[in-house]
Amino acid sequence: MNFAFSEEQDQLRDAVRKFLEAKSPETEVRRLMETTEGYDPAVWSQMANELGLQSLHIPEAYGGQGFSWVELGIVLEEQGRALLCAPYFSTVVLAANAILNAGTEDQKAALLPGIASGETIATLAFTEPNGKWDASGITLEATPSGDGATLSGTKMFVLDGHIANLVVVAARAAGTSGTDGISFYTVDGDAAGLTRTALATMDQTRKQAKLEFNGVQGQLLGTAGAGWDALSKTLDQASVGLCNEMVGGSQYVLDESVQYAKDRVQFGRPIGSFQAIKHKCADMLLETESAKSAAYYAAWAAAEDNDELPVVASLAKAYCSDAYFHSAAENIQIHGGIGFTWEHDAHLYFKRAKSSEILFGDATYHRELLAQRIGI
Amino acid sequence: MDFRDTPDEAAFRDEVRTWLTEHFVGEFRELAGRGDPSDEDNYDLRIAWERVLGADRWVGMSWPVEYGGRALDFSQQVIFNEEYARADAPPRASFFGEGLFSPTLLAYGREDQKRRFLPKIQSVEEMWCQGYSEPNAGSDLSNVSTRAELDGDEWVVNGQKVWTTMAHRAQWCFAVVRTDPESVGHKGLSYLLIPMDQPGIEVRPLKQMTGTAEFNEVFFDDARTAKENVVGDVGEGWKVAMATLGFERGTAFLSQQLAFQNEVAALIDVARENGASTNATIRQELADSYIGVQVMKFNGMRMLTDLVKKGVIGPSSSIGKLYWSNWHRTLGERAMHVLGADATLIAGDPGKDYALDEFHRIFMVSRSETIYAGASEIQRNIIGERVLGLPREPR
Repeated sequence: MNFAFSEEQDQLRDAVRKFLEAKSPETEVRRLMETTEGYDPAVWSQMANELGLQSLHIPEAYGGQGFSWVELGIVLEEQGRALLCAPYFSTVVLAANAILNAGTEDQKAALLPGIASGETIATLAFTEPNGKWDASGITLEATPSGDGATLSGTKMFVLDGHIANLVVVAARAAGTSGTDGISFYTVDGDAAGLTRTALATMDQTRKQAKLEFNGVQGQLLGTAGAGWDALSKTLDQASVGLCNEMVGGSQYVLDESVQYAKDRVQFGRPIGSFQAIKHKCADMLLETESAKSAAYYAAWAAAEDNDELPVVASLAKAYCSDAYFHSAAENIQIHGGIGFTWEHDAHLYFKRAKSSEILFGDATYHRELLAQRIGI
Repeated sequence: MDFRDTPDEAAFRDEVRTWLTEHFVGEFRELAGRGDPSDEDNYDLRIAWERVLGADRWVGMSWPVEYGGRALDFSQQVIFNEEYARADAPPRASFFGEGLFSPTLLAYGREDQKRRFLPKIQSVEEMWCQGYSEPNAGSDLSNVSTRAELDGDEWVVNGQKVWTTMAHRAQWCFAVVRTDPESVGHKGLSYLLIPMDQPGIEVRPLKQMTGTAEFNEVFFDDARTAKENVVGDVGEGWKVAMATLGFERGTAFLSQQLAFQNEVAALIDVARENGASTNATIRQELADSYIGVQVMKFNGMRMLTDLVKKGVIGPSSSIGKLYWSNWHRTLGERAMHVLGADATLIAGDPGKDYALDEFHRIFMVSRSETIYAGASEIQRNIIGERVLGLPREPR
């Protein structure tokens, strides 16, 4: 048993942190979050060309480097710490894994090298205006046509959907329900009949779009009607990835709170000497460290692709969601008035914590899912 | 990062599992799944079981071979404890001697002390109790006022200890006493070993909210112990005592989550049987308790890896203590939710005894767990000051 990162993995973390400190400082986060596109194409290219981040966990056979989910988790953790504004989660975590899970050899060989090289920005469109994170929420209809299907319906909350060149869409065959009849299709971002609308997001650092499909021709990805297993797995993996991203943010707000508690003097002493503040920080540490344990373990389960993954994914998503939001909220309280200002970065993490908590289902959703998965 | 056993670990696990299968049998099975180290039920049977463990050196398994141990490393200790919990074998009455005193003695004791005391701990012939807390020294432990003065070749001890678990069963007490009458606070304290069977010591049971009396008050009235029965230097007792607290908060509890997992599983079974598991709120609570114990396991594995690398357990052991005690207290409360109306009834005969089933025991005993070995508030201070480097409260 060994629950520690290797020296190489620590080096990867250092390299990514240095890169993001240089390329994604708070000023850049603030600049990009106010744009519609929400990312800097030059930094996106450097991420691919200098660090190889987009290709990290994609198998070598498809133009990637073949690292595991543990390495991907490290990169996501650093991105969460830096609040990187980029379509990385949508492209590398959601779309690439949906393709890996569902696609045929030929499809993987055709689609993944573009993602690995950073040329393709991709996303997964599965949620709809009903806001459900499970199979029942998928109502967008696929009518067989040629090698694929004609797609009609609306996808909502699609991460980076307005800028993606490649959209992986989860759709349903007419007359099916539940987990039956679900298939994946791929659609180009500029496909005929597809209307994309950027949405105003509460968390401005993570962009979303509404995608309206009016008879859009989609290419079938994988096997028709057998998409649910691949989608369920993709969502578990995405939850694990998000947990790793969240613990990066949670550690950042803890560090900020502790530093402020040491520096800020009231009643003639640093506020961190008061137990009311000290104990908040202690609880934040406990929850952040525990969230890391869960997120790292989950990344390992994803890397091993073992039977534990569904349970561990829900477990981690429930724990990390609560832990990050609690830390981000306490960070505002510890900072007092300054923590409530637009100028301070506490609200950026607070909003990211909330959007991450909700994405792929909140803690309540995942506790219920876990209860089902462990047979309660 | 790899959570599988190495081939050596797997072989050791097999050895432990085989031993338990062969020895945790017959009447000992009555002890399966029993309470905590201070559980008074079946005391003689528990001691008999622990002597079986000791005879094969599973008591003191981490000690160096020269003291009768197996020199097992941390990973092996955890594997043993995992298998021990999997077999549903009972928590150990000899915990205070083996788990708290022996690591302290190995770290700070003299050779002759190790030779004198370790074999009797391993053979479960001598039981120990911990004489730390006093009426005016609880969270502020350095405020102890029990005094020891030298009278020729003996220390003469006067004062009072309280919350002394198992004092009525113990042959020896490791105690923090003031050996410099002029001193205050951390200075002038010594770590003294005192034999319990003597006229100068009176043990009075303290009946707890559970209805049983595992805690005691211990009164020292000219109690005596030999001059050489000091661990570490005279006046250096605080340092030695703190090491024990580190063991109490750290390694000793590394494997505790395994017993907790069994408790969660048992509670889920009850909820399925009585229908509570169909209630959405109860489902949330059960899932949350399950998550909590799994995260405790992951935390333990990270701490263990750290321990193997660095060899010492730092103040981060406070995180573990704070975590598990709060988690367990919540589990106890949730067990009452699951039991519903049945939670208002206990085992035992009306008008006779106040006997608790396992879930009521958890519900009540867990109230002590957020207090002993450093209350949760003290743990948060330690985390704040020693892990996060926040300034101390002005005193």
